[in-house]
Amino acid sequence: MKDIHTTIIDNQEISSGYFRMKMLAPGFGKEVKPGQFVMVKVRQLNDPFLRRPFCVFRVGFLPPESDGLAPREYLEIVFKVVGRGTEILGSLKAGDRIAVLGPLGNGFDLESIGDDLLLVAGGIGVAPLYMLGKACAGTKKVRLLLGGRNRDDILAVTDFERLGIETYVSTDDGTLGEKGLVTEVLTETLAGDAPSAVAACGPMPMIVAVQRICRSFQVPLQVSLEALMACGVGACLGCMVKGAGHSEAEPRLLTVCKNGPVFRDVDLDWQQLG
Amino acid sequence: MSGVSQQPGESWKPNLAVDIGGLSLRNPVMPASGTFGYGEEFAELVDLEKIGAIVTKGLSLKPKTGNPTPRIAETPAGMLNAVGLQNVGVDGFVRDKLPFLRSINTPVIANFFGNTLEEYGEVARKLSEVPEVAAAELNISCPNVKQGGIVFGTDPKAAAEVVALVRKNFSRPLIVKLTPNITDITVVARAAVEAGADALSCINTLTGMSIDVRRRSPRLANVTGGLSGPAIRPVAVRMVYQVVQAVSVPVIGIGGIVEVEDALEFLIAGASAVQVGSANFVNPGTMVQLVEGLEAFCIEEDIRDIRELIGSLRF
Repeated sequence: MKDIHTTIIDNQEISSGYFRMKMLAPGFGKEVKPGQFVMVKVRQLNDPFLRRPFCVFRVGFLPPESDGLAPREYLEIVFKVVGRGTEILGSLKAGDRIAVLGPLGNGFDLESIGDDLLLVAGGIGVAPLYMLGKACAGTKKVRLLLGGRNRDDILAVTDFERLGIETYVSTDDGTLGEKGLVTEVLTETLAGDAPSAVAACGPMPMIVAVQRICRSFQVPLQVSLEALMACGVGACLGCMVKGAGHSEAEPRLLTVCKNGPVFRDVDLDWQQLG
Repeated sequence: MSGVSQQPGESWKPNLAVDIGGLSLRNPVMPASGTFGYGEEFAELVDLEKIGAIVTKGLSLKPKTGNPTPRIAETPAGMLNAVGLQNVGVDGFVRDKLPFLRSINTPVIANFFGNTLEEYGEVARKLSEVPEVAAAELNISCPNVKQGGIVFGTDPKAAAEVVALVRKNFSRPLIVKLTPNITDITVVARAAVEAGADALSCINTLTGMSIDVRRRSPRLANVTGGLSGPAIRPVAVRMVYQVVQAVSVPVIGIGGIVEVEDALEFLIAGASAVQVGSANFVNPGTMVQLVEGLEAFCIEEDIRDIRELIGSLRF
């Protein structure tokens, strides 16, 4: 892990309130594992004070500008504007400088997935799943359930389809894809053509529902969680979640930043998460 | 000055070493308790042998789970935290965290607290049996659960009582960390020193609150929390200045230090060393940059020894 001061290559608003930002990231490419994240300082000043965490959507190489030049590594994040920090991030342009700390966190466990992976994404929850899909698409069957409230929340469909991942889109209001909740599509899928494992990310109520559904169909699940965090390295303890079997007498306290952000559903205490 | 004559063209390095109540440090920069875990969390990002000391997360007699989330909230040029002193307990520290620290050639300052007077004494006794603990920092910003929750550090008598008991059980350098949530910090500062503190550190966080106006609810599960970061620095500098006038032991300055000028404010006000807290989250390189910056400042100002700066405030 390292803290780099780097340059933004590109920052595009892909749908209302959602952005894709590419930044130079020398050395990150071979280090980042699917599901890991970075902590970004959006402005050099003391305010907003803290960094913001973002999953790494993708890493890659830019085409070299001319023959003989080494291709430059970049990393890409997909984010939603939810407050002051992301609002500033959304306003940044190619050439602007930011600080990026990472890669952080544990990443998905690829060994335990089996042959048939089902990705479940709610809105911006798609962010950690592209790298996971890419890592598995060559050797496993990979499907993606992509849900959101409306068409603006459906992101990156083309990226997944280019990997050969069957993508099923649903929106609560029916403005894109099938009308209905992504959790309804999940239930049908597990009932009809269950995968060997599910990986999910999205709003907390969606994740809780996904966990209940996977539990009832006895399909192993990995979830990527989000939490307010100050440090990102397991020191401040702001992002605490309770592990399975936690009690006052035998505490099992985990951090989303270091023990996560990816957790197996069996490793968390779903009754009293925070 | 130091009386050392230098030929033109010779390069020299200023002395940055300081003594904190009997604890010798290679330089006056260290982390604030609670912002640096138990050291290992930052080992990949910070050269732990370039800072003056490692200050641990506050240790209690038994492991503590702390408060429910949300535990943090960003505020203008700072943050609130209500982590609630979650820690592995002193036994857990010795068993699981100390082995790594043993491999680092930097003194370990164990920060600790108790729920009752007796617990403070017991933790102090346990720490005295751990040779790798070079010094202890006593957190008196905690409520005494046996006395209706009055914070030890806001009452000079309670403060004196806890410092005296800890002093009996711990003979190595003892730093008492003061709370700023008090009308006159110098009263407790004097009481702590009279009861046996070798040094003081101030300030701990200021009690604050933030409200989510859409939900109309506190942003912290605990409702209130401790404010830290650049926003509190003027209060911290003022309190360090006042405490330094009131006592004659070394004072460690804490509060919103982000860059070298901030650290210099504290030193000039009279602090013998500084702690870096929230800045560790925002820029893990802060402490090492401060050490390099202090060295560069001394060279620019022709200061041979950092101790010339300490308390050099002019009127």
